[in-house]
Amino acid sequence: MTFQGWLLIAAFVGILLALTKPVGLWLFALYEGRPTPLHAILGPVERGFYKLSAIDPNEDQSWRRYAVHMLIFNAALLLLTYAILRLQAGLPLNPLGYAGLSEHLSFNTAVSFTTNTNWQSYGGESTMSNLSQMLGLTIHNFLSAATGIALAFAFFRGFARRSAAGIGNFWADMTRVTLYLLLPFCIVYTLFLIASGVPQTLAGSVDVTTLEGVKQTLALGPVASQEAIKMLGTNGGGFFNANSAHPFENPTALTNFVQMVSIFLIGFGLTWTFGKAVGNTRQGWAILAAMLTIFLIGVTIVYAQEAAGNPILHGLGVPGGNMEGKEVRFGIAASALFSVVTTAASCGAVNAMHDSFTALGGMIPLFNIQLGEVVVGGVGAGIYGFLLFAILAVFVAGLTVGRTPENVGKKIESREVKLAVLAIAVLPLIILGFTAIASVMDAGLAGPLNKGPHGFSEILYAFTSAVGNNGSAFAGLTANTPFYNGLLGIAMWLGRFFVIIPMLAIAGSLAAKKYTPATAGSFPTTGPLWTGLLIGIVLIVGGLTFLPSLALGPIADHLAMIRGQLF
Amino acid sequence: MGKDFLTSLRPAIVLTILFALLLGIVYPLTMTGIGQALFPHQANGSLIEEQGKLVGSSLIGQGFADPRYFSPRPSAAGKGYDGLASSGSNFGSTSQALVDRTKADVAKFQQMSPGLPVPSDLVTASASGLDPDISPEAAFYQVARVAAVRGLPAARVRALVQDTIRTPFLGFLGDPSVNILDLNRRLDRISATTAQ
Repeated sequence: MTFQGWLLIAAFVGILLALTKPVGLWLFALYEGRPTPLHAILGPVERGFYKLSAIDPNEDQSWRRYAVHMLIFNAALLLLTYAILRLQAGLPLNPLGYAGLSEHLSFNTAVSFTTNTNWQSYGGESTMSNLSQMLGLTIHNFLSAATGIALAFAFFRGFARRSAAGIGNFWADMTRVTLYLLLPFCIVYTLFLIASGVPQTLAGSVDVTTLEGVKQTLALGPVASQEAIKMLGTNGGGFFNANSAHPFENPTALTNFVQMVSIFLIGFGLTWTFGKAVGNTRQGWAILAAMLTIFLIGVTIVYAQEAAGNPILHGLGVPGGNMEGKEVRFGIAASALFSVVTTAASCGAVNAMHDSFTALGGMIPLFNIQLGEVVVGGVGAGIYGFLLFAILAVFVAGLTVGRTPENVGKKIESREVKLAVLAIAVLPLIILGFTAIASVMDAGLAGPLNKGPHGFSEILYAFTSAVGNNGSAFAGLTANTPFYNGLLGIAMWLGRFFVIIPMLAIAGSLAAKKYTPATAGSFPTTGPLWTGLLIGIVLIVGGLTFLPSLALGPIADHLAMIRGQLF
Repeated sequence: MGKDFLTSLRPAIVLTILFALLLGIVYPLTMTGIGQALFPHQANGSLIEEQGKLVGSSLIGQGFADPRYFSPRPSAAGKGYDGLASSGSNFGSTSQALVDRTKADVAKFQQMSPGLPVPSDLVTASASGLDPDISPEAAFYQVARVAAVRGLPAARVRALVQDTIRTPFLGFLGDPSVNILDLNRRLDRISATTAQ
C-alpha cells in the first residue's frame, strides 16, 4: 500500500462528499416536480411526451397502480430489446455483419439490461451490432436507472406524506429523471470521454499493421455515449468484453477516477434528498455515514490483500502486489477501489478482473453484493434497499425498549416489518438456492474455468451478481449456455422485482399513516448510535446468511493459497 | 388491478417508442456527430499513422515477440492482443494454469536477460488483454537485452525509457507507466538514425 494509493481513496471520498448536497438538491427538485433551469429547453419535450402518451403527470397513483405501470413499461422495454437482438442480422448499423443472438442469450441479455443488472454472457465487440448497442442496450441504461430513481422517490413519499392515498406518478418521475438529470449529464460526460480517447463512431472496426507487420483489427463503435450512462446509471454493461478495463472504454487514470465518482454520484445525492424529503437532512447524513463506514472497511481489505499479492507467485520469483487481471495505468490502488465501488453500488462495471483477485480480495466484492448492495447501492435501488434495513433497525431498537418502533414520524407496524423481511429474505433464498442447484447439476458444473474452491466461487458470484442486479462476474465462468442464461435470467428478474413490489407496498402503507410526533421516548434516527445500529443490522442480517457459502468458496481458497495448494 | 393494467398500455407503448428514438438514436448519433467534429482523432480510436500506413492505436498494446523490441505483458485476448476479443485470463490465485504460464514466462525472460526478480506486470496478464503499458520497472528490466540485440549503448536505451515514462496525473491518479508502442517506435527511430 502506498501513500499515493490512500491519497486517491481520500480524494475520491472527499469529492463525493462535496457533491452530495448539490446533486441531492437537484434530485430534490425533480422529486417535488419543481422546474429546473433545464426546463426552458427540455420542457416542451417533456410535455410532448405526456401528450402523445396521454399521461396526466399530476395524477397521484396508488402504490398498486404505480407498481403495475412500472412493470408494464419494463415489460415493453424487455420485448423491444429481445426483438432487436433476435433480428440483429437483418437490421441496419451492423458493420461487422453479426448474426442474431440465440433465444436464450437474447432472453438473458434483455432481462439483464431491463433490470439494471447488465450481466453479460457475451463479448460485446464480437456479438453486438452498433444498433443493438445503441437502441437495444443504451436505452435501458437510461430507463432502468430512471426507474430505480423513480421508485426511490415513491418510497421517500411514503415517509414524507401524511394520510395520503398516493405515492406520486411513475411516468412523471421516470420522465423527469431521464430528461433533466441523466440525459444532460451524459451529453457533457460523453464529450469528456471522447476528448480523453473513448471512440465515438459508426465504424465497426479498423485494421492496422503492427510494427512487427502483423494485422491487428481494432473494434470501434459508438462507445462514449454508452459509457457515460453505463457509469452514471450504475448499469455497468460494457461495450467491450473487458468492460472498463478496455483502453477504449477507460483510457486514462483520470477517466478511471471520473468513472468511479460517477458510479456513486447519484447514490450519494439521494441520501441527502431523502433527508430533505423527510424534513431533516441529518437523517440523510446518518445513513450516508453508515454506508461510508462499511465501504471504507471493504476498500481497506481489498487494497491490503491485492497489495500483498499472491504468495504462490512470490515463490516463482515474481514479487509484489497482484497484477494478474489488472491494468498498469490504473495500478493496484485504483483497481481495488474500483472493485469495491462497483459492487457497493450495483454497477458491475469492472476495470480489473475480479476472478483473478486474491481469494480474500475477491471475496469483498462478492460480499458487498450479498449485503444487498445497500452501501450506496444502485441509483435508487441502493437507498430504498437501505431504508428496508432501516425499518428492521427501528424494529429491533423498538423491541429492546418495548415501544412501538417509529421512523421519521411513521409508526412501523407488523405489516411493514413483514414486508421488509420478505424483500430482504428473497435475495439469500434465490442466491443460495440457485447456487446449490448449479453446484450439483452437470450443466452447472460445466461452467467454471477454475477448479477447486475458486470454481465454486465463480458459480456463487454469478448468482449473487444476478440476484443483486450487479452484473460484474468472476468472468471465467462460461455462462452463455441455455442453463446459465435461463437460470441467471430468472434470478435477475426475481432479484429486481421481488424487492420492488414489497417495497412499494410499504411505501403505500406508510403514506397512508398519520404523522406521530417524536417524543422523549422515540429512538432518534440521527446521530452515531443510529448509524452504528444500521451498520450492525446490515452486516448481521445481510451478511451472516452467506457466511457458510463464503467458507466453501473464497475462505477455503485463501487457505489453499497460503499453503501453496494448486487446483 | 385490471384497470391499472389497461391504463398502463398506451403510456408504456408510446413512451417506449419515444424514448427509444430519443435515447437510442438521436442521443448517440448526435454525440457521434459532435465527437467527430470536435475530436476526430480520439473519436476514431487514437490511430497512429506512419508514412501513410496505420501502425496502431496509442491506446492499444501490441504483441511484440521479437527480442529487438521491448516485450509487452502476456495477453489473454484471443491469441494475444486481439482487438476483437478483449479478455483477461480469469485465473484465480490457486490456479495450476496460472502457475504454469508464469513459470514459462519467467523462464523466457531469464533466458533473454538473467536476473531475478521479474517485475510482476511483465509476467501477469492484464485485464483487457490489450494493456498499452508496462511499468517503468518492466521496461528497465529489459534494457540490457534490447540494447544488446540492437547493438545500441545501454545508456542510450535506458535514457529512452526514462524519457517515455508517463507520470501519474496530479501525482496520485494511477501508476507510472510506459506506453509500449510509443517506446518501441522511438526505439526503431534511434536504430534507424544510428544505422545511417
